[in-house]
Amino acid sequence: MPKRTDIKSVLIIGAGPIIIGQACEFDYSGAQACKALKAEGFRVILVNSNPATIMTDPLLADATYIEPIHWKSIEKIIDKERPDALLPTMGGQTGLNTALTLAKEGVLKKYNVELIGASREAIDKAEDRELFDKTMKGIGIETPRSGIAHSMEEALIVQKTLGFPCIIRPSFTLGGSGGGVAYNIQEFKEICEKGLDLSPTTELLIDESLLGWKEFELEVVRDKNDNCIIICSIENLDPMGVHTGDSITVAPAQTLTDKEYQILRDQSFKILREIGVETGGSNVQFGINPENGRVVVIEMNPRVSRSSALASKATGFPIAKVAALLSVGFTLDELQNDITNGLTPASFEPSIDYIVTKIPKFAFEKFPQANDRLTTQMKSVGEVMGIGRTFQESLQKALHSLEEDLDGFESILDHSSNQNDTLRYELTFPGSRRILYIAEAIRLGWDAGQINQYTGIDFWFLYQIIDLIDEESILQDKKLHEIDFETMLNLKQKGFSDKRIAKLTRSTSQDVRHSRKKLGVIPAFKRVDTCAAEFATETAYMYSAYEGECESRPTSNKKVIVLGSGPNRIGQGIEFDYCCVHASFALQEEGYESIMINCNPETVSTDYDTSNRLYFEPITEEKVLDIIDLEKPEGVIIQFGGQTPLKLSEVLLSNNVKILGTDVDAIDRSEDRERFQSLAHQLKLRQPPNRTVKNLQEAIDASEEIGFPIVVRPSYVLGGRAMELVHSQTELEKYLKEAVEVSDQKPILLDGYLTDAIEVDVDVISDGVEIEIGAILQHIEQAGIHSGDSACSLPPYSLSAKVIEEIETQSKQIAAELNVIGLMNIQFAVQDENVFIIEVNPRASRTVPFISKCLGESLVKSATKTMVGKTLKEIGFSNSLPKNYFFVKEAVLPFDKFPSVDPILGPEMKSTGEVMGIGSTFGEAYAKAQRAANKIFPDSGLVFISVKESDKKYLPNLLPLLIEQGFSFIATKGTADAIKELGYDAQIINKVTEGRPHIVDELLNNTVNLLINTTEGRQSIEDSASIRRTALQNKLFCVTTIFGAFALLEAMSTNSDDWIYNSLQEIN
Amino acid sequence: MSFPAILVLEDGSFIEGIGFGAKELSVGEIVFNTSMSGYQEIITDPSYAKQIIAFTHPHIGNTGINDEDNESDSIFASGIVIKDLPKHYSNWRATQSLDSFLELKNTIGISNIDTRALTAKLRDHGALKACIAPGDKDSISTVTDALNKFSGLEGLDLAKEVSTQNAFSWDEGTWPNYQEVKNEKLIVAVDFGVKKNILRLLRKHVGKVEVVNAQISFNELMKLKPDGVFLSNGPGDPEPCDYAIELIQQLLDINMPIFGICLGHQLLALSGGCKTYKMKFGHHGANHPVQDLSTKVVYITSQNHGFAVEFSSLPKNIEPTHISLFDKSLQGIAFKDKPAFSFQGHPEASPGPHELEELFAKFNLMIESNAKKN
Repeated sequence: MPKRTDIKSVLIIGAGPIIIGQACEFDYSGAQACKALKAEGFRVILVNSNPATIMTDPLLADATYIEPIHWKSIEKIIDKERPDALLPTMGGQTGLNTALTLAKEGVLKKYNVELIGASREAIDKAEDRELFDKTMKGIGIETPRSGIAHSMEEALIVQKTLGFPCIIRPSFTLGGSGGGVAYNIQEFKEICEKGLDLSPTTELLIDESLLGWKEFELEVVRDKNDNCIIICSIENLDPMGVHTGDSITVAPAQTLTDKEYQILRDQSFKILREIGVETGGSNVQFGINPENGRVVVIEMNPRVSRSSALASKATGFPIAKVAALLSVGFTLDELQNDITNGLTPASFEPSIDYIVTKIPKFAFEKFPQANDRLTTQMKSVGEVMGIGRTFQESLQKALHSLEEDLDGFESILDHSSNQNDTLRYELTFPGSRRILYIAEAIRLGWDAGQINQYTGIDFWFLYQIIDLIDEESILQDKKLHEIDFETMLNLKQKGFSDKRIAKLTRSTSQDVRHSRKKLGVIPAFKRVDTCAAEFATETAYMYSAYEGECESRPTSNKKVIVLGSGPNRIGQGIEFDYCCVHASFALQEEGYESIMINCNPETVSTDYDTSNRLYFEPITEEKVLDIIDLEKPEGVIIQFGGQTPLKLSEVLLSNNVKILGTDVDAIDRSEDRERFQSLAHQLKLRQPPNRTVKNLQEAIDASEEIGFPIVVRPSYVLGGRAMELVHSQTELEKYLKEAVEVSDQKPILLDGYLTDAIEVDVDVISDGVEIEIGAILQHIEQAGIHSGDSACSLPPYSLSAKVIEEIETQSKQIAAELNVIGLMNIQFAVQDENVFIIEVNPRASRTVPFISKCLGESLVKSATKTMVGKTLKEIGFSNSLPKNYFFVKEAVLPFDKFPSVDPILGPEMKSTGEVMGIGSTFGEAYAKAQRAANKIFPDSGLVFISVKESDKKYLPNLLPLLIEQGFSFIATKGTADAIKELGYDAQIINKVTEGRPHIVDELLNNTVNLLINTTEGRQSIEDSASIRRTALQNKLFCVTTIFGAFALLEAMSTNSDDWIYNSLQEIN
Repeated sequence: MSFPAILVLEDGSFIEGIGFGAKELSVGEIVFNTSMSGYQEIITDPSYAKQIIAFTHPHIGNTGINDEDNESDSIFASGIVIKDLPKHYSNWRATQSLDSFLELKNTIGISNIDTRALTAKLRDHGALKACIAPGDKDSISTVTDALNKFSGLEGLDLAKEVSTQNAFSWDEGTWPNYQEVKNEKLIVAVDFGVKKNILRLLRKHVGKVEVVNAQISFNELMKLKPDGVFLSNGPGDPEPCDYAIELIQQLLDINMPIFGICLGHQLLALSGGCKTYKMKFGHHGANHPVQDLSTKVVYITSQNHGFAVEFSSLPKNIEPTHISLFDKSLQGIAFKDKPAFSFQGHPEASPGPHELEELFAKFNLMIESNAKKN
């Protein structure tokens, strides 16, 4: 039966901002769904608050709403658009939960909108733990022994029946947030308390411990004729106890016999049928006791997921696209398998003849106070995937892809002292680098049995790693010239990088490359074809292997390689993938063959039909040069993938590879402090006083010249890594001793801090002759807060015309001097109408997608076209903003995942994602951005005010606004006195250090509605951290900057019932 | 035990690799199998007699060999070709390694072969004669001689070679619970190279099972007083098996309920007047979509055949029931006027998907309704 004709329009809900547990895999799935449904003639209405996504490109849907994913906002959109159906399964847990709320609030019924893809009942059965458990029992499928609790009393009763350790998971939370493993009663109580609070239904599932059990996931697709297929089986290398999102995973499953695998397959189908997932994709997770094969079902998700994105990339089967088409009535046998060029139908199960390994990427270095042990709550911020013909090759490729300076299994321990205690700890309580500790244990003589005892990792994987370490130790006794063809081939087949071989043979990677090529050991490229070569394919989705025939068959077309941005991390995320994808599209529009290299399975850039050709490879010197050797492109684009491709610029140049766009030297001129200083000097631009220092004494001397406060950071970093604001010499010394390494090779930058300055981001585009301003963004939070963590407004909401003109002039001067071709980003600070230049990056910035959405024009596409010789005039570039609109970008922070971390903003970037608010006034746009970021603010009540000394001058302006809004004040003594001096009343409350009851007690008693808490200096920040943490845990809106407070007041003055809802298509 | 080994194909090409298992030259027709799991079942499947199996999945041997998953007591395949043999296996049921099992069963294997390139070649050229032998390229001439002596599978009746010499009754149900049906019906399974899981499923769904030699006469068979006859899978070309065709025609004449799988399907078709042909590279895998022509439901099936029944040769009294969605070839037939049906793929799975297990239940129903009629 073909597609349904009773449905004409479909509403798709996206996943919103990137957060831990929900990343750009939902951009990939959502974009596929939009494209597929639009191609079938449906009117697609999309709601997603995340402007950095490809799915919110105006061409992908008929009506694109960048609006809060909140049922009240979506109701307005439904009222306006009147969709026939709602597809809730493409937007992760957010999409599913919001659809459920819309159903529960009666919105769907009121407007007669049909849920397709998953019914309300199916979502409930799968997501409600108790119901799920009962449903499984009903069909004879075992689940872990468990109990449900809605209160601490119930939790304690359940615990008694299960013993320790036991696993606690709150219902309806993202990425298992709030869950954990308890080994004792104290831990148990702590986790339960937090979980009850986090669960929107105040519900906990407490399970018997399956720690150490084998863990598997199956990706299932079902159509309305009950055709069921498994797309991929995924085996977790890390056994149960570590969230699957934080586990190293391998596809297909490696350690099950067919009999055992078929049990999982049969159960998966049974579960889908019973839950009632009538059409679409789901994943089912299993635990298997390694002693006896007892199988239990852990959970199922009735939607596309992170693992379905991984499975799609691992097999070449586009799960989200197929799921979207099934939801509108198609059946599997009616759909074709794109990868085999339609030779075979979609109703089959992919067979793969390679191994895929995924390794998650963590950001614990950003949150030093956070608990960095891996548990059942997901903590990773990104992932990489390695494809190889063997497990060893895929595992090592994934390690190389992580961009953590791992050329392989690097040694991380001092072997001269006894490390057994460290190893026992690291193996038993896994952190982000357990795999490296396993390698160390092997080097230090531990056998597979011991390692298995502590980690529970299957022997099969352990022996594979042991073999790699054995190879390394043999290699260490050799010199490079002693390596013959067979040995070299063997090493490369096992995935050893040239760099690792160089390190072990005490030579250089250039020498290894040279000698390897001389021996004739060069990679062949194999295709991902869904069918293990049973059918020929034209789809150019490729990976490298050191074996036999090269299937790449490069064309003689004119072509350009775009280097991707690698794994998502804080500071470099989906924004850069957006840029790479647009670069690829633009190249195709200009008649070039576009070739993508990337290793992040979550992205749109690694979809097989985004570029003409896709190499799924680590973005390393070795792999990129191998591909360039083969493809011989006209040039390579490195401007769009963030820091990842930039790191390769010198290597590319020294290998005579043409880099398109701005000269590489411009990067050095802007990133090298001294060269940048002379550039500023030459152009007569003002910089905050700054110095580059190479040791402590230099730092102290420099600080006396500059004057405190000072912003300190290492050179060459992205995302403000290890950046701090120091207020005294003591703090400076502490930073240099504890936070960073400083040396001649690793200098530290000191910048004078501009107090109360407004920060401004400018994106410039140039074809080498004509220079245009893309946009000028005014930050809400003052300079000193990392630009990635600040909210910002387009157009600027309080800059004078004179300042804007000055900024434009300076920007153009810099672009001209650096001879920019393509994009450049500049950060300015404005203090008392004076413009200071902070930083220049001759590449695409994080704000480019946001600006493109505002302009209705892709900055990246225009920039790419300039790189292949078009002028801005020819392109018809325009930077005019739609009239009467304000656009606000707000950062989304992961503090709720790291409860022990102080949720304060600073110079180091901590946000994982962003949202956009669109309004007819700045206040409205800012208010919508807050709702989109799921930060719900009060509009009156009691406000706790505690501001730093330098902010007190703002109280005379701030207080009357708060009073007018309907707030009364509570403050600690110092601030209360200041308030009273201004003639207002304020309750006085103790600081935490002043005895009880103090402010935290007050917060816990829920009498406070809003916090305005600005602070400076390491000590004061530490002293007041408990206030902010308590506020966060109790979901109290907490403003940590004074400019943020003013912006919030503007937001409060708008009425959410009057907010406008216009699609991008209407706006532009 | 590993040793230098060589794989030589009839087109004159050769690949050097690492040998394992038995150190003995072996010749056969090389086919690729795309199953990602179930190598133990595959290598013990008698249908692979005189064939060399090239596995497309790179790691083969991960879970070793256990005592429960064999499809027969021997390895009938001439040899196996793989990309990588892991040095260690791991599984709670495993009792020995793949290497030692091959050695025990006197079969040669070769690893470190680019099985993907080999698969592409077989896909483009069709199945080839091949030889695995210990030694390196210096031994090519000996190997080529052996290869030249092998005439291929066409016209080769292998069923009678692999069939059981002595009849036996089968008692075991299906793994893991050895489930069996409690009734007195008797199925006679004619063994052309039967897989144990078929017998287990007959035991589970139908009744008692007696396994007999392929060349059993009609009279001998009828002495067993069967309620139904099962025609098993098996190796080689169905056409030369005239004894079986004659037997089946006699059974059809008396309206004996018949269910055939794979070779048994081809033999049933031949008995009904259809034609068979040798396929280019056949179907060998566990991911093949097969559509039930009446319900339009698509089943993912396990497949292992190099011969097939010609669609256009079906007489009026035989209807097609299933087709392959990979190449539209015929996958199942049913007699309109007789209680007889058959399936080309492997509903017994092992390895592979279980969803067509319902065909065994269908056979049971057919027997029961036939009994009522009489």
